[in-house]
Amino acid sequence: MSTALAETSERLLALSRRAESLYDDLDLKAVAEWKSRGRSRKAIGFLPIYVPREIIHAAGALPVGLMGGADRVEIVRGDSYFQSYICHLPRSVIELAVGGRMDACDGFLFPSICDVIRNLSGMFKMLLPGKYVHYVDLPQNFDTALGGRFYKSEMKLIARDIGNLTGVEVTDDRLRASLAAYNENRVALRRLLHARRDRPWEVPTLDYYLLLRAGYMLPVEEHTAMVNEYVELAAQAGRPRMDNIRVAVRGAFCEQPPLGLLRTLERAGCYVVDDDFVLGSRFIEQDLDVHGDPWDALAQGFMHHSLPAASKYDQRRTKHADFVKRVRDYRADGVIFMAPSFCDPALLEQPMLQKALEDAGIPFTAFKYSEDTGQFQVIREQAGTFADALKLWGNA
Amino acid sequence: MKGATAEKDASMQKQKEMIAHHFSELARVKETRKKVVYTFVPGNLTELINHFGMLPVLPEINALQSGMRGKSAEYISIAEKAGHSEDVCTYVKTDIGMLRAGNIGPTGEPLPKPDLLLLSYTGCFTFLKWFELLREEYDCPVVMLHVPYQGDGEITQEMREYVSNQIRDVVIPEFERVSGVKYDPDRMKEQLQLSVRAEDDLVWVLNSARARPSPIDAWFGGVYYIGPMFTSFRGTQDAVDYYTMLREEVQDRLDQKLGPVTPDGPMREEKYRLVIEGPPNWTSFREFWRMFADEGAVIVASSYTKVGGLYDRGFRHNPDDPLGTMADYCMGCYTNLNFPQRTALLESYINDFSADGFLINSVKSCNSFSAGQLLILRELEKRTGRPGGFIESDLVDPRYFSAANIKNRLESYFQMIEARRKGATS
Repeated sequence: MSTALAETSERLLALSRRAESLYDDLDLKAVAEWKSRGRSRKAIGFLPIYVPREIIHAAGALPVGLMGGADRVEIVRGDSYFQSYICHLPRSVIELAVGGRMDACDGFLFPSICDVIRNLSGMFKMLLPGKYVHYVDLPQNFDTALGGRFYKSEMKLIARDIGNLTGVEVTDDRLRASLAAYNENRVALRRLLHARRDRPWEVPTLDYYLLLRAGYMLPVEEHTAMVNEYVELAAQAGRPRMDNIRVAVRGAFCEQPPLGLLRTLERAGCYVVDDDFVLGSRFIEQDLDVHGDPWDALAQGFMHHSLPAASKYDQRRTKHADFVKRVRDYRADGVIFMAPSFCDPALLEQPMLQKALEDAGIPFTAFKYSEDTGQFQVIREQAGTFADALKLWGNA
Repeated sequence: MKGATAEKDASMQKQKEMIAHHFSELARVKETRKKVVYTFVPGNLTELINHFGMLPVLPEINALQSGMRGKSAEYISIAEKAGHSEDVCTYVKTDIGMLRAGNIGPTGEPLPKPDLLLLSYTGCFTFLKWFELLREEYDCPVVMLHVPYQGDGEITQEMREYVSNQIRDVVIPEFERVSGVKYDPDRMKEQLQLSVRAEDDLVWVLNSARARPSPIDAWFGGVYYIGPMFTSFRGTQDAVDYYTMLREEVQDRLDQKLGPVTPDGPMREEKYRLVIEGPPNWTSFREFWRMFADEGAVIVASSYTKVGGLYDRGFRHNPDDPLGTMADYCMGCYTNLNFPQRTALLESYINDFSADGFLINSVKSCNSFSAGQLLILRELEKRTGRPGGFIESDLVDPRYFSAANIKNRLESYFQMIEARRKGATS
């Protein structure tokens, strides 16, 4: 290996390790460290899928994605709040919250996604009475004069509340600057996603995932730089191309798969070329207008330029066609549905998406997981069989 | 139910006739050319649907009736074989299975297909997916009425405008288009005046449970009492007549200091007064009720009977502001309240109705109700000092109704109340 190549590999490894250390930082030490650099600095935690982080940024606060504890938290108190048929994410979130491990957050936003996350917002109000807790009602009516108007009022309310915490007023100019910062992040993430789509061997699934997750802990500017550096170096690293199939993954937009599951997919012979992991990090696909009314830009971004999601009403009735087009655009050989157990939105959505694939002749397989799944052998066999079948017989 | 009971409850007969007439109307839509709207119970726009001469069909009611008729297991199985997960809401699966099995209603005749799906999703995210699934089966328009959640425990002016503007700009124009009938504010005002009259009487009936003994069971019996109000009849003279009749019957029981009518006739002795959170189980409804009635346990207040409106906390439709009042109604339903509101409401029921304790029936299918109920349990015990109990079942999946297990838990719970009483008097 040449010195340059070795240096590239070493730097990639360092970036990956940095991202993994942020992933492992369940006590939010990095957030506390960021806050310690300025007295008015505040951190606002948010749950999946999407909140307009630009507003938090414009108020001078750090948006922190709270994605549960995966398989790294022993659930002691969390289970005592939820019945066995509730998904796992809220258990670990409660475990971390009541254990004081989210104390670095000064407030919490709970976007509308499902009844569990919705109720969790009220539980936080009761369990953490000193903290700012707000349920973000994202519009399901996509008419600018109706849903757009309501959403703008909702965003302005959040801006006022967080601004009161930080002492920083969210002016239009500040918000435009934040839109620009997140636009740069969107550009960087698109580069990463396209690298995965075009040359998945350059960006292992695990690295890709950890980079997405790092964006939920780091200031956006730092994350953008990290992603850009990774993509540039990955293109030079000369990683070998494996005889893997190309798959799209759906169902993992809220409760996240454990890292072991991601490793398993790749080891089973699957390059994940399209997915819905950490969906909120790239929920708005297009750059937002930074010259006009920034509130309008955010509203338009959500209502007309955001990715499809099970929690978002498919008003235009294009769910099937959009999904099939996306799978084809990303040149996926097949689709893996992996939804968390007891996830109503994902599991109710799944039959509709499967029907679309059946009609289009695109193969798929499905299994469930929970964020603390620890045994992957069965999944490896299933994904491996799926990969082998596609390699041998293609779509036949 | 025993003959004596059926004879006594003329209101029940009246309700049966109303329902039979409604299903008869549904069966005749081909000849009458009336349009059919499928919609949901919480935050329903019944007056508006009736205003346009359309007939509502409520898939949740279809599902619970399937559960009571012993059909839901078969329907759920059909849906699961078609690829629906065992993890998800069994109302949805029962409805999908029923559809695949011919959509046969309780009268034995097929229900008509919808001319419109009104997705007024109040307090339940599953509604969203439910109608996305149904529209795959029917070639008809869908109207989404997004009802914001009371996340901060209040209805803001912005929320109110959002909902009423959607009703004005989206729902009513689509209703006019589908039905061919023009919206008439004066006629709507008259309908809402009828709503208020019925609402007043329903509240009176619910509040009668403050008496000792309570003349009603506000959960098992309550689901019958809320029927006309929460389904197809609010804003009609039939509903007014039903509630007038019901009120007179309950007044009669109050005057005679009689307890509620149970599946085995009037309850003799009221031993335990309970508040309950959550929906009932429908597949073993009578058996479930008997577990309480046999022990002399009466439900004096319940949250489930508020999924179609918190009338007992003062809400009434305002005939002078039809669109605004419909918005308030939608946002004020129980499952649209946040957790602190729900907890405070239950606390007030426990105190106002002099309950000995409270129970949670946690149903697997309904995350809107169930997620976090254990926190409510703890909080209520802390605030009221009265014992809380927790049982688990499901709405319409008989696999999740374990009679022996529930009976054991209830017996233990009643013993706990007795022990507290003895402790208090010793």
